[in-house]
Amino acid sequence: MSATTTTRKSGASAKAPRGENRKGRRAGWWLPYALLAPAVIFELVIHVIPMVTGIWMSFLKLTKMFISNWGNAPVTGLKNYQIALDFNSAVGSGLLKSFLITAAFTILVVGISWGLGMAAAVALQKSFFGRGFFRTLFLIPYALPMYAGVIAWKFMLQKDNGAINHFFFDNLGLPGDRPFWLIGNNAFWAVVIVAIWRMWPFAFLMLMAGLQSIPNDVYEASAVDGAKPLRQWSAITLPMLRPVNMVLLLVMFLWTFNDFNTPFVLFGGSNPPAGDLISFHIYNASFLTWNFGSGAAMSVLLLLFLLVVSGIYLLIMNRRKDRA
Amino acid sequence: MHETTSAKAFRITTITLLSIFTIVPIWVMVISGLKPLKDVQGAFSWWPSTLTIQPYIDMWQTVPLASYFLNSVIVSSVATVLSLIIAIFASYAISRYNFRGRTIFSTTVLSTQMLPGVLFLLPLFLIFVNINTNFGLQLVGTRTGLIITYLTFSLPFSIWMLAGYFDGIPRELDEAAKVDGCGPMRALIRVILPAARPGLVAVAIYSFMTSWGEVLFASVMTTDANRTLAVGLQLYSTQTNVYWNQIMAASVVVSIPIVIGFLLLQKNFVAGLTAGAVK
Repeated sequence: MSATTTTRKSGASAKAPRGENRKGRRAGWWLPYALLAPAVIFELVIHVIPMVTGIWMSFLKLTKMFISNWGNAPVTGLKNYQIALDFNSAVGSGLLKSFLITAAFTILVVGISWGLGMAAAVALQKSFFGRGFFRTLFLIPYALPMYAGVIAWKFMLQKDNGAINHFFFDNLGLPGDRPFWLIGNNAFWAVVIVAIWRMWPFAFLMLMAGLQSIPNDVYEASAVDGAKPLRQWSAITLPMLRPVNMVLLLVMFLWTFNDFNTPFVLFGGSNPPAGDLISFHIYNASFLTWNFGSGAAMSVLLLLFLLVVSGIYLLIMNRRKDRA
Repeated sequence: MHETTSAKAFRITTITLLSIFTIVPIWVMVISGLKPLKDVQGAFSWWPSTLTIQPYIDMWQTVPLASYFLNSVIVSSVATVLSLIIAIFASYAISRYNFRGRTIFSTTVLSTQMLPGVLFLLPLFLIFVNINTNFGLQLVGTRTGLIITYLTFSLPFSIWMLAGYFDGIPRELDEAAKVDGCGPMRALIRVILPAARPGLVAVAIYSFMTSWGEVLFASVMTTDANRTLAVGLQLYSTQTNVYWNQIMAASVVVSIPIVIGFLLLQKNFVAGLTAGAVK
């Protein structure tokens, strides 16, 4: 109840649409604005204002010296950006390396997760005994709290008491020494596999939801015409799933590129260079060195990159849709 | 319909491999929670030397798990309820009214999904600290701060999903209610909300899962007073001994409520997603 009353109060001050109606405003014109007001206020406080502050911080020399009194931090203009983009400096080359690792990570995770999700969705498309069971099973990694799943993997990937090395070296009897998975170059593959394990059920869920909207008789008609399953998939399933795929790939790209949780929980404090994903990198750059201005500049660069990629993606997708 | 041999082979292979991939970590989690400490410190085994529920008893002592649990329950529930109410109003406006700024609002809200968390983590922290010094409202180290942060995390996707769901409810229904003398709010509560129940359930699950699993902000915004499970669970490994059996037992315990809830309501979730995504 209290939510409704505050809504109305704040709505009364919402701006009127200019020149919308020359005969005077329709009664209740303010209602949609009042309904949106709580959402707008919270988005402003938690997302928009901090983002603007973050952009402003990226132009400051906000190091340890100024953090308690950050209003007095000197403005350095584009200095933070220069350092972040100077790939010969330690900071710049670290950022570039982390960016490349993240790009490879994202391509692998999104691509493989999509492939697995699609395979599972198609495999479970026709009803058979036990379908409901497998559908439920496949959704568990998505339903698990993210840190619980990742911690289980962290235990599995331990060198001496982990399940992975036990499987390869004790069960399969591979020769050689047990490798470290969470330190050194293997850390990259570790974080890729864990991220796929977390991500593919989401692709499966979305694609499964999308498949339900394809009527069964389309398949039956094409089967009568002699279409093989693979042909049916490429000629019916894939085009019909276009709208789902468009959203799904973009969302997975953004989540994966921004992924902080997986490396944070998986590596904890050890942060191996091979698993240095960009959000994790920026977090460490800010909080370990206490240089928040530089961290903010890197975050802004990351945001710009994501904006540009998403923009180009949507542009291409919409153009293709117009042509079709 | 007759299934070709290759299609059947594809189906069986896919399901088998993905089942193994899915089950192994879950198995490791469940079985390791039932092992004595020496089993998880030595070489791994797929089955414990002795089955014991001791880890499930000890885990409450090693770290104050009960208090983390309580914090997580309170924060996630309140954030979910508030986020649901706010999302209902916003989606109702988007779905049923044509007003200036409608498209801008929808795109802006949805695009906050792409913001890297690290970009606004520190500014938000500083804003909370300033609110505390200027208005005396304590937001860092309290549940309130976490609640208002988390509710906005799930808001964009919730609004998008619910608006899609509301669009699927015929307008004639609320028009008819209005003819009968219902105001817009009554039409929403009496007509639309009951019809949108699966969508509401889907959004509630999504919001709850988002808050329950959030790690980044929880690790910066919490102190001992309001520590949630997301951070608390990692404290087992900072102890001198890594109690893997207790960590796994605790992981099972924190997972059970949410996994059961999700699996029971997954049909609603899929229905909600379908309405939002397949437009």
